[in-house]
Amino acid sequence: MAINSVWVFAQVTNGTATTGTLELLTKARSLSSNVTAVLGGDASGIAAQLGEFGATKVYATGDLAGKLPGVAVSGAMKAIIDGGDKPDLILFPQNYEGRDVLARLSVKLNKSVLTNSIDVAVDGDAVNATTPIFGGNTLVTTTFTGEGPYLVAFRPKSFAAEASGGAPAAIAAAAVPDLGATGGAKVTAVHVEESTGPKLDEANIVVSGGRGLGEADKYAMVEELAKLLKGAPGASRAIVDAGWVPYSYQVGQTGKVVKPSVYIAAGISGATQHMVGMKGAKNIIAINKDKEAPIFGIADLGIVGDVHKVLPKLIEALKGR
Amino acid sequence: MNVIVCVKQIPDPALPGALDGATNTLKRDGKLILDDSDAYGVEMALQLVDAAGGGEVSIISMAPNGETAGMRTALAMGAAKGILVSDPALQGSDALTTAKVLAAAAQRLGGADLIIAATESSDGYTGTVPEQMAEVLGLPSVTFAKKVKIDGGVLKADRQTEEGYDEVECALPALISVTAGVVEPRYPSFKGIMAAKSKPVEEVTASDLGVTPAGWAGAGQKVTLVAQAEARQAGEIVEDDGESFGKIVAFLENLKVI
Repeated sequence: MAINSVWVFAQVTNGTATTGTLELLTKARSLSSNVTAVLGGDASGIAAQLGEFGATKVYATGDLAGKLPGVAVSGAMKAIIDGGDKPDLILFPQNYEGRDVLARLSVKLNKSVLTNSIDVAVDGDAVNATTPIFGGNTLVTTTFTGEGPYLVAFRPKSFAAEASGGAPAAIAAAAVPDLGATGGAKVTAVHVEESTGPKLDEANIVVSGGRGLGEADKYAMVEELAKLLKGAPGASRAIVDAGWVPYSYQVGQTGKVVKPSVYIAAGISGATQHMVGMKGAKNIIAINKDKEAPIFGIADLGIVGDVHKVLPKLIEALKGR
Repeated sequence: MNVIVCVKQIPDPALPGALDGATNTLKRDGKLILDDSDAYGVEMALQLVDAAGGGEVSIISMAPNGETAGMRTALAMGAAKGILVSDPALQGSDALTTAKVLAAAAQRLGGADLIIAATESSDGYTGTVPEQMAEVLGLPSVTFAKKVKIDGGVLKADRQTEEGYDEVECALPALISVTAGVVEPRYPSFKGIMAAKSKPVEEVTASDLGVTPAGWAGAGQKVTLVAQAEARQAGEIVEDDGESFGKIVAFLENLKVI
């Protein structure tokens, strides 16, 4: 079917639309000239930015007053659709809020979801989404059948965000309906984890540590190297599960997807779960004792050696510059 | 306090995955094990029931061929009983159908004060089933919970966000998805493993639950192409001779990042 109308689930942070939102809007406007953003919050500060990247309209719920976006925004979307404004395709970011809104809406509309996608294209009457599986070795194309809206979530950085210079998006109010029992969860406090240096998923250089570090306090080497390179420290799932570093450090299928210029994997064997999150890096350097480690299969420079010997020397050499 | 934990029994993630040539869905016909991610939910449930001073933990799962090996691991950790939904008609079910099936299984147990799931499975990782299940059951939910306690009949959780975390309070009954590392899962004791063999696991079909299986045909989407991604080539691999750090420095210099 032809795509007449596309919605994007939009998010805002620190008063600006998130990069993920702008990426999805850029893709959406290549599929349709009728692009609408849907926001859980107040759109007055970002309507110009949303318009610049392709949205002609933004539905905004206004302050959610502690309600979680999953129930609130999906409820508002359902009400708009029931009111007669029905999109053919809705694009979601593959992140915490995106997945919650997508999931709740899929039940309300009785529609399947497709997640972890990296591309979507309209080919004649078919709408095709591309999704990598098995750690990205294999690409699966899924064609939607039946009537829309088709619901798809995309991994971060699937598309490049490019402004089109459009006029500010027209703001339309979206009412959150009575949520009944499903509205029983309330945010009582918001904590922002201060981090010095660049954010993990935006850093130009990422240094990640894994089980090969041997013990939790050796992770300090990874942090020091990241700092010296003005990059961000990351981690494999193994050491996040072990409690060495917080979940927000995790790179991989269940963590962050990073695409830095340089990715340094220290003591990481390269489980599929990890490689999904970093194989998009332009350059990969791997240090691992086991020369059979899968990470060496994708490394541009592989050092078969002990991270406890290589990292301190590397850190000294960089300090001396 | 009664808690239901949703668990998935998956092919060993250490083995390479494969697609069924006929349906292009994941092959799941070999031996299945408890998804590692689910051990955290089971442990969390056992701790919450302990803290409440009474009640029990039940396990629900959907798997082909009457597979219970992974569920037995959860029972060995201390869960009391389980329901397995096993039905050839459910093969190729999408996340929405899975959520409907698990929701019906939870209802068959009479519901619970709390339903716990992992944030996503390690094999399919759609990552929407818990929240879909909450919607089917009309429950509030807290997803990506990394710290959970029950205080005066109210659930208090720290929920992972992009910037940090939110403190969330939620009325019960509710559903939560928990991140890996939220608690340290216990290892089943020998006694637990022996006891698990005789704990009741009811095997039911979709029609027992009153769910019409949509199966692959009803998913509203079909796989039309499977292709190999462009493979990344391995570059230079060197054995560390004590000076290999210099290779890294040169590599970084060459990229002009230092």
